Amino acid sequence: MSVVARHQVSVTGPDGAAPMLFAHGFGCDQAVWSRVAPAFTDEFRVVLFDHVGAGGSDLTAYDPRAYATLDRYAADVLEICEELDLRDVVFVGHSVSAMIGVLAQVADPGRFARLVLLGPSARYVDDDDYVGGFAASDIDELLDLMDSNTFGWQQPLAGLVMPGPELVEDRGVLDASFCRLRPDIAHDFATATFLGDNRDDLARVSAPTLVLQNRHDTIAPLSAGAFVRDRIPGARLEIIETSGHCAHLSAPAETIAAIRGFVSP
Amino acid sequence: MTVASDVAGGSRHDRVPAAYAVLDRLDGRVLEVNEAFVTLLGRPRETLLAGSWSDLLTVAGRIYSETHLMPMLDLNGRVEEVALDVVADGGRIPVLLNAVLDRTGERASIRVVLFGASARRRYETELLRATREAQEARQQADELARTLQQTLIPPVPPAIPRLEVSAVYRPAGDGDEVGGDFYDVFNVGPSTWVVVLGDVAGKGVRAAAVTAFIRHAVRDLAMQVADPADLLHALDRALHARPTERFCSAVLLRLTEDDAGWSIAGAAGGHPLPILGRRDGTLVDLGRPGSLVGLLDDPLFTTFTHRLAPDEFVTLLTDGVTEARRGRELFGEDAVRDVVRSRASDPDGVSAAVVAAVVDYQAGLPHDDIAVLTLHPSAPDGAVR
Repeated sequence: MSVVARHQVSVTGPDGAAPMLFAHGFGCDQAVWSRVAPAFTDEFRVVLFDHVGAGGSDLTAYDPRAYATLDRYAADVLEICEELDLRDVVFVGHSVSAMIGVLAQVADPGRFARLVLLGPSARYVDDDDYVGGFAASDIDELLDLMDSNTFGWQQPLAGLVMPGPELVEDRGVLDASFCRLRPDIAHDFATATFLGDNRDDLARVSAPTLVLQNRHDTIAPLSAGAFVRDRIPGARLEIIETSGHCAHLSAPAETIAAIRGFVSP
Repeated sequence: MTVASDVAGGSRHDRVPAAYAVLDRLDGRVLEVNEAFVTLLGRPRETLLAGSWSDLLTVAGRIYSETHLMPMLDLNGRVEEVALDVVADGGRIPVLLNAVLDRTGERASIRVVLFGASARRRYETELLRATREAQEARQQADELARTLQQTLIPPVPPAIPRLEVSAVYRPAGDGDEVGGDFYDVFNVGPSTWVVVLGDVAGKGVRAAAVTAFIRHAVRDLAMQVADPADLLHALDRALHARPTERFCSAVLLRLTEDDAGWSIAGAAGGHPLPILGRRDGTLVDLGRPGSLVGLLDDPLFTTFTHRLAPDEFVTLLTDGVTEARRGRELFGEDAVRDVVRSRASDPDGVSAAVVAAVVDYQAGLPHDDIAVLTLHPSAPDGAVR
């Protein structure tokens, strides 16, 4: 299976334009970019994809051992870039994909022109003086909660977390695979996301970086964004006046403006 | 009469028998709660209205809400039957949540209904735990079976001076099921070797346990009983003495080297007879058929003897070879003989060629285990083979 099919990669925008690659975070799939990505398709070759395990990705490509850490996810990003021959990529990553972008850029510095990190946190669990915002027990509880919400989706139904049939009808233009994640994969991805620690990777980032943090974000607080800005050489931090963790959904216009200001100075 | 009045912070939904609240989509402020919501949370209405949605959730619930609920609400307009814990005055309460996004007002809002679900969630948690335990138990059983199989896969035959032995074993299917085929090659005296190849009825861990028993029994008995037919009788009695109903087929050779070369004494029990081949392609069966081992009250086994000429070889195989099926068609003895004959000039390649032909015949997924073993005298030192 090709990398493009493996990640249900979609490409929109003029050939030859600079590529802008959007990477979704934990909990959904590429559909979350539906209010932001279209704003860039005139000037950029906009590339969307699903992480393996999410949305319309190829579930057979999932190997729990390989995907136990974010490195494999970062390798996937690089494989997509390679397959599509993307150069000077503007990488826009939300939440955990911000760190996936950091890892990808560190692994292949020449590939990326700029990084936009939306709601990043280099470590979610508190550690001595570092405030990530969560205790390890919170994360265990989250894993249990996710299991509760996949109830009824265990084998032999092959377990896809998806909304009930009523929602499918209501979905309209959205893709049928919207926000579905196989329970075991969701469990692993949450573990890799929330129990990871990428603080030491930040200093090795060499691309110009914009950190976008939401004013009131219970998952990645302002302090997490400030930490990322302070550690990545030359990084800028901009604050989006919104609540919650998904500015691309709750404040798409501000998100678009911030990205545009950064990529077309 | 109307109940739709908004008096003293009350809700026109106060009489609705479900906990209902309206939240601001953007900042999560609680805009409205009904009586049932107040009762469920056990907090004063004023406190609830002064707070936000995230105040009502556990930390894990907040993460789940931000990463799953809100994106789905934004993109989908609604969510249903989401399991969450809300933090009430008296502690956590498991609830099921339905919510819709309402964009009709000046600011988008979320209408939420909560159903207390303590009993249901307890039941579900129990089920979930049981499911997990069952999955773990299954994984452990699979692991055990695999480990067991690893120990039972017949070993590479030992190097025997002046005798070439090549053996190939192929488990059934894609190789993840413990099978009943076995072979063993071992030394019982200064210049005497025993070769046994057989097949235990059935598959799986129980058959594998019998296989292990037989291999050890044969090794043990071979030290005491020289005659192959007598040895099969002794094995037959040992199997009868076991409480299980398992039996096996087996072919047994005792090879002795003297100044004139190798001589064979052998016996078969319920098993395809050894094929004696010459390099010119001539093939004959060795010995006479015998009873299955461990099945009958009065079994019959017959010892044959043969002196192995320098240009001869002997091939032993399990019925996974002859009885390999493709649909209703059998691979059959003639096909086996054709393959053996085609490699007769190079006996070292016979075992592998037979297995490859059988696997190929069954499109790569053999229904039964296959074991094939071929032996022949080494070429004299300095001779050109």
